[in-house]
Amino acid sequence: MKRLMNWRLYSLLIMLTLILAGCGKPYLSTLTPAGEVAQIQYDLMKLSTLIMVGVIAVVTIIFVIVVMKFRRKDDRIPKQVEGSHTLEIIWTTIPILLLLILAIPTVAATFKLADVSEMDQVNEDGKRDALVVNVRANLYWWEFEYPDLGIITGQELVVPTDQKVYFNLKASDVKHSFWIPAVGGKLDTNTDNINKFWLKFDSDKSEEAGGLFYGKCAELCGPSHAFMDFKVKAVSKDEFKQWSTAMQNADEQQPTTDLAQAGQDIFNKSCIGCHAVTPIDGRPEAARTAPNLATFGERSRIAGILEHSEKDLKNWLANPETYKPGNKMTGTYNELKPEQLDALTEYLMSLKVME
Amino acid sequence: MSTLAQKKGFGATLWDYLTTVDHKKIAILYLIAGGFFFLVGGLEAMVIRIQLAIPNNDFVSAGFYNEVLTMHGTTMIFLAAMPLVFAFMNAVMPLQIGARDVAFPFVNALGFWLFFFGGVFLNMSWFLGGAPDAGWTSYASLALESPTNGIDFYALGLQISGAGTLMGGINFLVTIINMRAPGMTYMRMPMFTWSTFVTSALILFAFPPLTVGLFLMIFDRMFGSNFFDASAGGNTIIWEHLFWIFGHPEVYILILPAFGIFSEIFAIFSRKRLFGYSSMVFATVLIGFLGFMVWAHHMFTTGLGPIANAIFAVATMAIGVPTGIKIFNWLFTMWGGSITFTTPMLYAIAFIPSFVMGGVTGIMVASAAADYQFHDTYFVVAHFHYVIVGGVVFAILAGTHLYWPKMFGTMLNEFLGKITFWLFLIGFHLTFFIQHFLGVWGMPRRIFTFLPDQGFETSNMVSTIGAFFMAVAVIVMLINVIMTSIKNERVGNDPWGDGRTLEWSIPSPPPFYNFKQLPLVRGLDAYWIEKMDGKKGMTPAEPLGDIHMPNSSFVPVVISFGLFVAAFGAVGIGDKEAYGIPVLVIGFLITFGSMFFRSVKDDHGFHIHKEDLMNDDDKGGKA
Repeated sequence: MKRLMNWRLYSLLIMLTLILAGCGKPYLSTLTPAGEVAQIQYDLMKLSTLIMVGVIAVVTIIFVIVVMKFRRKDDRIPKQVEGSHTLEIIWTTIPILLLLILAIPTVAATFKLADVSEMDQVNEDGKRDALVVNVRANLYWWEFEYPDLGIITGQELVVPTDQKVYFNLKASDVKHSFWIPAVGGKLDTNTDNINKFWLKFDSDKSEEAGGLFYGKCAELCGPSHAFMDFKVKAVSKDEFKQWSTAMQNADEQQPTTDLAQAGQDIFNKSCIGCHAVTPIDGRPEAARTAPNLATFGERSRIAGILEHSEKDLKNWLANPETYKPGNKMTGTYNELKPEQLDALTEYLMSLKVME
Repeated sequence: MSTLAQKKGFGATLWDYLTTVDHKKIAILYLIAGGFFFLVGGLEAMVIRIQLAIPNNDFVSAGFYNEVLTMHGTTMIFLAAMPLVFAFMNAVMPLQIGARDVAFPFVNALGFWLFFFGGVFLNMSWFLGGAPDAGWTSYASLALESPTNGIDFYALGLQISGAGTLMGGINFLVTIINMRAPGMTYMRMPMFTWSTFVTSALILFAFPPLTVGLFLMIFDRMFGSNFFDASAGGNTIIWEHLFWIFGHPEVYILILPAFGIFSEIFAIFSRKRLFGYSSMVFATVLIGFLGFMVWAHHMFTTGLGPIANAIFAVATMAIGVPTGIKIFNWLFTMWGGSITFTTPMLYAIAFIPSFVMGGVTGIMVASAAADYQFHDTYFVVAHFHYVIVGGVVFAILAGTHLYWPKMFGTMLNEFLGKITFWLFLIGFHLTFFIQHFLGVWGMPRRIFTFLPDQGFETSNMVSTIGAFFMAVAVIVMLINVIMTSIKNERVGNDPWGDGRTLEWSIPSPPPFYNFKQLPLVRGLDAYWIEKMDGKKGMTPAEPLGDIHMPNSSFVPVVISFGLFVAAFGAVGIGDKEAYGIPVLVIGFLITFGSMFFRSVKDDHGFHIHKEDLMNDDDKGGKA
């Protein structure tokens, strides 16, 4: 028993240390908050942990005393105590007070995180100042549309730091959930309605995390739920401006080499039906059934999970089912010969908007 | 009496159990069936942990993993934990209130067989195209998208077995209201009986929403009724509400009996009456009541808006208060007591810190804004396993040791029991403690594998190692059961020596009529009071007389089997197979035919005559 208790206290201590030290990866962990939302949530976690460690401590002390002191030593019958009103009142009132301490900031934070009124505000020109991103979750890929800028990206969200970014969330097939752990808690993408919330990306923290946050799908959505990752590039406001201008002005890119030209021919035959290669995709949502590839050459991952290399791209194109079971691309095109793979790879890797 | 214990052949014993309406034998059936499904669910858990031991593992495929995780949850909740809890309710509750059986013995048997056939039907999916793969919550958009028949098996199987549970709940309610022995007022009922009572009330109100939800799901899949198809005007959020209006009380349906079992254990092995009995009763009722007010905390990230989220957050936190009351009452039951560390008591003692861990993380996830981070991550996985394993499974293991002598008349080996306990305890904390961190480090739940370089490797390996400890613990327990059964050393009325309630005043196992004369209850802990007054047994409340007993019946098996057949037909109809309608009709004919048979054929039961009872002195049962 004693060993057990030591072990318990020890693990409690580890828990505290770990939480305070903020373990986990800075681009992923909720314990290294990289924005206002995550910070609010992290503060609530710390507050609740603190209260709860207090509760555990009290229980543990009584527990240890009881288990140590009241072991059976003789055959006597202990006094049959009915109860104690004083004690009952104490351990009813104190928990209520503790819960109030937690409940008030919880309610305040819940309302604050849901405040998206700025999304509907317009300035004198009839435009809104807030940056809004429409997120559409699909079986194992993400689409990010900037409605006020008229551009679309797939799999990689680009956001400016140090300003609120507002999100409209929905799913086009089954329910998913949009989550960037280091930057803020998740919100589901429903098939029924549009959910709205905001996040803020901190510039310093983003630098520490290497400017690239991991995003995840948090709701079971099918076999490749585990692989439904996306990445978030957090850049300064100026860089974001440059990027969005480049995106808006991106023309249909022309291949520069023969191989890439051959790749484009294959692409136009087999892929263009679903994938767009320009950020200004005028098709309606329902027609956009695959990720936009306009910035493919600049992405950090292939399909959200694989390393961004030619080898991985060829593997992916040759057999997507191995990497994302149940994905919707498998079987939509004929088997690719090695030279076709080379050509496609050359072409896809050349797709860039920033020169 | 033909039904009195005699050496019987295997065939006769089997027939006896197939037709029994005796609550004690039904309890054994629940224990065996629930135990079997517990092993199945445990096996599924091992598959999960092996797959997640290392990153990018390919022990199982992604699709199969989703089937395993769905069936692990569904099996453990519906087919293992609930039936095992029902086993103890059946075995003990009627004895605790001094009744000769439950109010409706026939319905009791029917409830068991419905559960059993529903569970078997659900598991048939493994062999017939694929198990359900949308999680135990089976959220509608994913469930309707699922290509195999798995979801049909899920919805139909749970419908059948849920009907059985509902019957069981109603039966217990009626029993407790009507069949308490003379002097057994509500406020003298043992805590386990109280928790059975509140649990049964929860079942009564929680299962209908599930039934409705499942029917809508079945209609959507069989007839394309579009209740949950957003593009046709349906709404998937409705399913989430229906499921959780059932699903949250379900958590309390499991945990309240666990509280009941532990309340008995703390009192028995501390040799002290339960501290603050009336506040314990009050807390149990309050938890049951609040349990219906908090379901939306499972849906904080669904987008219900800040008002709903705030209200449900505060309501959820409120449950912490009565639960806290219980924890402190248990501690103070032991305070000043004389504690022996038997196997059941070890589980009870380990339950307190383990469950408190689960409770406090429950408050943490109740904080809505923070829950946006916790929700659907391994933090939540850790939280509910601390509650369900640290609470319910510990209680089931403790209850197995505590009530084994009462159910089978022989004691489980204490030494092996303690080995199981320590292995299970260590394994449990090793598996689940670290998962809190995995969650806050960013690992979502229900992922079939994880990529390297996210900081998840070591912790997942630790977790898997812990799971093996638990597996070994369960194997040791099985060995214990087998060895005990072979040795079969008989024990007397009160094998633990400190029994306080009525079940310990009669032989182990009790005669089939339980009490020869109904006992007179003079206060809380009725048997303890008599013992303290220097008496050997209970004072009878009635003269020795004829006892009216129900006849055995094979009809419950047939009724349930008919629904089992009909469910296959329903799956066929969903697939537009020609055999669908005929099979469905045949199944319903079997069910309704046997119900009709039961209705027209009067069965008045039989009487045990006074003279036979007098000759039956060695069987005890003397109240």
